[in-house]
Amino acid sequence: MQNERQPLLTLSKLTKIYGSLIANDSIDLDVYTGSIHAVLGENGAGKSTLMKLAYGVVKPDAGEIFWKGQKINYWKTTVARGLGIGMVFQHFSLFETLSVVENIALTIKGSQKDLIDHIRKIGADYQLEIDPTAMVNSLSVGQRQRVEIIRCLMQDLKLLILDEPTSVLPPQHVRALFDALRKLQNNGVAILYISHKLEEIRELCDTATILRDGKVTGKVNPNETSTQELATLMIGRSIPKVERKVSDHKSKNAILNVTNLNIKNPDPFGTDLKNLNLSVFGGEIVGIAGVSGNGQQELGRIISGEDLNGDLNLSTIEMFGQPVTRKGVIERRDLGFCFVPEERLGRGVVPSMSLSKNSLLTAFKKGMLKNGFIQDDVVDKYTDTCITEFSVKSSGNGATANSLSGGNLQKFLVGRELLLEPKLLFLSQPTWGVDVGSANEIRQKLISLRDNGIGILVISEELEELFEITDRMYVLRSGRISTSMQTNEVSPDEIGEYMIGEEREDASNALAV
Amino acid sequence: MLLQFERRDTPSKTLVFATPFIAIAITIILSSIMLLIQGKSLLTTFFSFFIEPFESTYAISEVFLKFGPLLFIAQALAIGFRAKVWNIGAEGQMIMGAILASSVPVYFTDSDSVFLLPAMILLGAFGGLVWAAIPAFLRTRYNANEILVTLMLTSVALQILYYLLLGPWKDPMGFNFPQTVMFQDAALFPPIIFGFRLNYSLIIPIIFTIFVWIYMEKHFGGFKLTVGGLAPHAATYAGYSSNGAVWKSLLIAGMAAGIAGMSEVAGPIGQLQRSVTSGYGYSAIIVAYLGALHPIGIVFAAFFLSVIHIGGDYALVTADLPISSVHIFQGLLLVSYLASFTLVNYQFKPRKARIVEIESSLT
Repeated sequence: MQNERQPLLTLSKLTKIYGSLIANDSIDLDVYTGSIHAVLGENGAGKSTLMKLAYGVVKPDAGEIFWKGQKINYWKTTVARGLGIGMVFQHFSLFETLSVVENIALTIKGSQKDLIDHIRKIGADYQLEIDPTAMVNSLSVGQRQRVEIIRCLMQDLKLLILDEPTSVLPPQHVRALFDALRKLQNNGVAILYISHKLEEIRELCDTATILRDGKVTGKVNPNETSTQELATLMIGRSIPKVERKVSDHKSKNAILNVTNLNIKNPDPFGTDLKNLNLSVFGGEIVGIAGVSGNGQQELGRIISGEDLNGDLNLSTIEMFGQPVTRKGVIERRDLGFCFVPEERLGRGVVPSMSLSKNSLLTAFKKGMLKNGFIQDDVVDKYTDTCITEFSVKSSGNGATANSLSGGNLQKFLVGRELLLEPKLLFLSQPTWGVDVGSANEIRQKLISLRDNGIGILVISEELEELFEITDRMYVLRSGRISTSMQTNEVSPDEIGEYMIGEEREDASNALAV
Repeated sequence: MLLQFERRDTPSKTLVFATPFIAIAITIILSSIMLLIQGKSLLTTFFSFFIEPFESTYAISEVFLKFGPLLFIAQALAIGFRAKVWNIGAEGQMIMGAILASSVPVYFTDSDSVFLLPAMILLGAFGGLVWAAIPAFLRTRYNANEILVTLMLTSVALQILYYLLLGPWKDPMGFNFPQTVMFQDAALFPPIIFGFRLNYSLIIPIIFTIFVWIYMEKHFGGFKLTVGGLAPHAATYAGYSSNGAVWKSLLIAGMAAGIAGMSEVAGPIGQLQRSVTSGYGYSAIIVAYLGALHPIGIVFAAFFLSVIHIGGDYALVTADLPISSVHIFQGLLLVSYLASFTLVNYQFKPRKARIVEIESSLT
């Protein structure tokens, strides 16, 4: 029945090439009014590129774009917006130091008073309530997303594009978002919904286009397709399950102890850490849940030793029973501590250097130096071991770090640190931008390390990931940490409650709808 | 339409290698225009710039005389530049090295001890070291910008030099000229060829070049400096001390500049006088970049600039060029190099549509 109608937006044989990578290979896509159309694919499949083409942010190398059957020759953002297309990016484009209405006034004409009334009206119509005069930096991620959606709704909206909108939302906010989207759908707005979460798409969308390696691998009705079938279309095989049993050999004493950590952030828009306590024992995986920007960066740098805060009490941070608060990165590593940071390029590795040179970066104490001189054969051997043991796809140990895909680079980075045989391992966002296959390999590796008695601390935004691998969990919000919770005794909703925190009242309103 | 710079994903390898040659070509073209306007003969000028420096043994020896200090200081500065430590005060460090080294022959006028020259080398190194330690301390302790501190300390060094030359160290028999006594032979480097000014101090920069090359390519210390320059966050992540990089870069450069200053007073000049540095401290910055901060590249760059310097001297006479034209020529070279370097690594792109344009397109 849909096919008899004219599609609102048609992408025809769109191709986009970045260097040697074909990000989008001759992709066809039709979006109809009143439909929630999913674009499904894993990291690096080309979803974001396709949406940027649709919104006119980047120009296609080949292919055509039609609006209501009419070919548009000069497709760019200005044209797309003029026709009534709005987009909410994964990383929000709001000014932190301006209020909600000031942010919206940057793109929408009208007096401040009219705009405030309009924002309130949309808020009431779609249950997207927001205080128009609130400063953006005081808003939670869920509220910022609401501002972005309202901004799109202030124009005559025909098509809304959402890029991974739930990746950082607690479960309660996801439901509120879905309600708002269904309401939009009923009002005749078409929605392009980009995601890699299968359950979500099955619940919300009526059509799904599946991408893999820049190509369309399927067009299905997700309500009538099983999760397994969708997964097969998305990654070419069914999703491997991470094997795990409950940890049974926890060490007697904690190998990492953080006691009453208080940090005043010199950056006025940064997060202060307040009275933070946490511990990690050998033989367990401990997770820290929460949306990033709530003190994850700051906590990470304190534990890694990159930030040696002189104001801290000597015994604030202890590793293996020793105070390390004043000890630098290398001294902590000497004790058996290893760290994989969330930023890979530029922090975890030097982008323009070879993999071998990047092994040397942290593994130099593995016999790589003789009187300070670099032993290239030892470095290369270490790198080759890392490449084979962790199945890093690269052109060899001479390949520069920035030539690797996100997943392979993360496997190299994790491999480099694991070959150092840590007793305490700390990972921040271990599977950000990593494809499903690599993410599973990494998770499985972490569990087998845990079974060998190693203590692991993981900071992650992905709740599913934490529920899959951790034994205990904390939630970090606004620089405060929750009490420790046994993973098999809490539900995602309970964790979500902690992620919302002070906003709980507001969220329960949203839930009541 | 407005343009903006955008970094190229993959700059062409050939072009990266060709950058210095492109720069030379552009310089020649631009300076030809300047020469034509001045009504000078192009052929004579370029002949004196590029051929005359090789025409006689004397000319060649003079090229190598310039080559030594340029090479020495540029190699040392490049270590810091790779680590993004901007020491532009090698000139001042050179002056302090020359001053401290000169104290020996000034106070021991009659000595012909064999220890005279080694003592001067040590004092020269120490003078530069101290002068570079000041910005290193201020940067690591108070986060004072080393560009400004090193530059301003050059002026201070110059004033100390003038004070000594006009006051306590002035040659009593020197007809009131601002200069010290001529140094005795024991305080001078022996010439390599008798009768020419080129002397054995040339050996020091050559040994130093080999040392720097091995240090930067094979030693962990050099690796840490390079990481600090390429990716400062990765250096912090790995636990490499950024203060250590600042100290190391500045002290090595100070020491090298100090010895280079000493080699001037104990070499071609033979006394301490006002124009003791010949601007080597600044020219070495050009050399370091012209050599792409690579130890081997710097050897070629230092040689090339020495040729240009000597050629410039000949051009004053043979082609009847004013001294400022020679300076413009050398300045053009650096500007063309930086411009070519930028265009190889960046490209011009039309600026993205602005909000105002969005508004207008809606109507």
